[in-house]
Amino acid sequence: MGSLFRSEEMTLCQLFLQSEAAYACVSELGELGLVQFRDLNPDVNAFQRKFVNEVRRCDEMERKLRYLEKEIRRDGIPMLEIPGECPEAPQPREMIDLEATFEKLENELREVNQNAEALKRNYLELTELKHILRKTQVFFDEMADPSREEEQVTLLGEEGLMAGGQALKLGFVAGVILRERIPAFERMLWRACRGNVFLRQAEIDSPLEDPSSSDQVYKSVFIIFFQGDQLKTRVKKICEGFRATLYPCPEAPADRREMAMGVMTRIEDLNTVLGQTQDHRHRVLVAAAKNIKNWFVKVRKIKAIYHTLNLFNLDVTQKCLIAECWVPALDLETIQLALRRGTERSGSSVPPILNRMETLEDPPTYNRTNKFTSAFQNLIYAYGVATYREVNPAPYTIITFPFLFAVMFGDLGHGALMAAFGFWMCYKEKPLQAKKIDSEIWTIFFGGRYIILLMGLFSMYTGLIYNDIFSKSLNVFGSSWRNNYNKSTLQGNAMLQLNPDSWDYVQSPYPFGIDPVWQLAEANKIIFMNAYKMKISIIIGVFHMLFGVCMSLWNHLYFKRRTSVYVEFVPQIVFLVLLFFYMVLLMFIKWTSYGSTPPHFGDPKYVTTSAFCAPSILITFINMMLFKVDANDPSREMCAQNMTMYAGQLGLQKFFVVVALLCVPVMLLGKPYFIMQEQKKRARAGHVSIEAGAENGSAGGAPLPAAQHHDEDITEVFIHQAIHTIEYVLGSISHTASYLRLWALSLAHAQLAEVAWNMLLRKGLQSSGFSGGIFLYMVFAGWAAISVSILVLMEGLSAFLHTLRLHWVEFQSKFYAGEGYLFQPFSFEVILDSAGQGEE
Amino acid sequence: MGFTICGPKLSLCGLVLSVWGIIQLTLMGVFYYIRAVALLEDLPVEEGAHSSIEHFLAEVETGYDQNAYNCWIAALLYVITLVISGHQFWMNNRSSVSM
Repeated sequence: MGSLFRSEEMTLCQLFLQSEAAYACVSELGELGLVQFRDLNPDVNAFQRKFVNEVRRCDEMERKLRYLEKEIRRDGIPMLEIPGECPEAPQPREMIDLEATFEKLENELREVNQNAEALKRNYLELTELKHILRKTQVFFDEMADPSREEEQVTLLGEEGLMAGGQALKLGFVAGVILRERIPAFERMLWRACRGNVFLRQAEIDSPLEDPSSSDQVYKSVFIIFFQGDQLKTRVKKICEGFRATLYPCPEAPADRREMAMGVMTRIEDLNTVLGQTQDHRHRVLVAAAKNIKNWFVKVRKIKAIYHTLNLFNLDVTQKCLIAECWVPALDLETIQLALRRGTERSGSSVPPILNRMETLEDPPTYNRTNKFTSAFQNLIYAYGVATYREVNPAPYTIITFPFLFAVMFGDLGHGALMAAFGFWMCYKEKPLQAKKIDSEIWTIFFGGRYIILLMGLFSMYTGLIYNDIFSKSLNVFGSSWRNNYNKSTLQGNAMLQLNPDSWDYVQSPYPFGIDPVWQLAEANKIIFMNAYKMKISIIIGVFHMLFGVCMSLWNHLYFKRRTSVYVEFVPQIVFLVLLFFYMVLLMFIKWTSYGSTPPHFGDPKYVTTSAFCAPSILITFINMMLFKVDANDPSREMCAQNMTMYAGQLGLQKFFVVVALLCVPVMLLGKPYFIMQEQKKRARAGHVSIEAGAENGSAGGAPLPAAQHHDEDITEVFIHQAIHTIEYVLGSISHTASYLRLWALSLAHAQLAEVAWNMLLRKGLQSSGFSGGIFLYMVFAGWAAISVSILVLMEGLSAFLHTLRLHWVEFQSKFYAGEGYLFQPFSFEVILDSAGQGEE
Repeated sequence: MGFTICGPKLSLCGLVLSVWGIIQLTLMGVFYYIRAVALLEDLPVEEGAHSSIEHFLAEVETGYDQNAYNCWIAALLYVITLVISGHQFWMNNRSSVSM
């Protein structure tokens, strides 16, 4: 069984497949998803590969399916999801059947669409004609109206009058035009015909459907009166230019009525036919929609198989396909079984051969993860994929990541909200996954559901330690502080201090977490918590970094870099321990050595162990590094000489600093020295063997070792090592200080929560009278919204980011190389997932 | 009776908020009733306008009781909100399923 400790062992294998069995075997391997094929024909053009025809056919099928899908979506028909398991890749002979089915469906659909379009065009013409016949009735009535003679006459001038006062015979054309074009149309007519034509227009109230674009457009009916043939041609040309459709409109009203009735019947018939066409189309699409997802999966699988087969080499006898693939060493059995199943299915007799190959290449990195660990592993991979067989930081991240997050987020209430959200997502995992919600933000949250759940649970724990629930403290065990002031003192002073070096403090601490009395101490709560949280942050940080350095030891031992253990690991750990772990020890010594000694409160004999004489850790550390010794502050004359915490402190500190500084040249020069020695040794050995080979005259002498390695330029080695050393030494200080962000963010979170409560919820709680209840009801909703949006979401995101940074930079820079590449197996699941997401 | 005033998202929000409000406000009411010191600063008591400590303490006591009742009233209002939101949520779910 593989483990997450380091990435899996991979072997390069050669696979010999009989041509008939190849398809089935690759199909089985695709279902398994444990094999990464290498491209054996990298310089071959895509069009010259062996199976290019099949891939082309698959592409065609996919195109047809996409066309079908588009039509189905257009009609809003729901596509059935695949019930149960994914269908397997069909046999090659089934491909022909699928192709025939798709061809038939596509043709049918195209035909139906074409017919529908033609019918709609017809329908449009008839409708426009109907409107024309209706509207022009009005125009002709006006025309025949003798009271309008005046108008006509003025159009035509004096000659018309002299022709006997009768209405002059005018020619006309009638048509339909888009409403937007009418003004330009009118103007053009006026100019082109010099005002000698007469346009009447009326709007069609209902919009008409354009057959090709299926848009609804508004049109108007127009009728143009003119005299003479020249004007007629001109008018017709202008109409063509404006893409107005002209219709033959009979002059006589009786003819018009007859035509109108004919048009109505034809429209009704056309409506029926259109309806039936739509029904037929709908039926075809519904039948297709039942299987379309299924077909997509099958076609994609076939295409994937043929793409993979294109990566193979054909051997000389043309009977066998050769493939090279990376395979996890523990899965060889499973793969053999899959291959055997494939050969059985294809009915071939020759079993496939899986051959292990030796190689000097770097294999890909593969970590076997389940749904829980994969989220944490992805967090690590986002920074860089681990080098092959390097120690994997992911299993520790499962605990350290939520823990560091919780130190920054510590609030029982907000943690409970986060944990509830995470728990709901994990509990309803399967139905939520099946829903396939499209939002990217949701995908991110859902992918990290286990991380969110753990972060919430750990935050609830640190919330209990910090005794902070929505900025209030819980008093479960009874506070350890008492008020010993009398009434007059209380009445006379706005602010009073309780002295822990007296019976104000009952001398036994609150059993679990911070004492709840602190939330009443507005003046010095923050100062007190700062001291505590800063020390905790440094302690956690130093332990985290020490752990990181220890991981590098495992790497050195595994890769057999024994010299690195002595010249890299040992000085690194000594440096870190003697300086920073010593600082952590000082913190613990300070916590334990200084305090009150009941019942001798205020007794000068015990002042050296009281809190009054506790030295500052930071000052101690700085003085240690600078080899400085401060004389006691005048107010601290009665404390220990030079404010030491234990006997021999000054001497021991000097010793530590000197040894730590001695580690630096070891780190700087140790490794290059050893590399130089090695190169000299190899050069000598290489010369000897050449001589020996020349003497013996044999081809089977010692192999030339120098040819294997490229000897690095020695200056590069020095520079490389110098960079690493400086990075480590300076980094140790900056990284240690960087862990103080644990303190900073938890302070920010606590203050934000307090502000939210004081500024919002308190307003609801300080309203008097029973109307306060209703006001509280409304204020609570606002406070809840602020809490979730700012405190949980924004602060949560911020703490998440900082935790990630602490892991990626401060922790992993101590040991992680991260120069590998990911194992990307040939897996149908992965291909189908990405294809499914791609189309959305 | 089935009409939807709000969509599925708003009703879900209302549901979650109501549950949270009921739990938190009931607990706060209990804490006020048992005179929790943590909630001392969230009382309707003015600062510095007291003649004596006894006067102050008397006001604090009434304040605690008042706030306890207020919290419980608010919790009750959230129960009503829960019922309405739940009903809306159920109506929305039903209409989307029966489609």
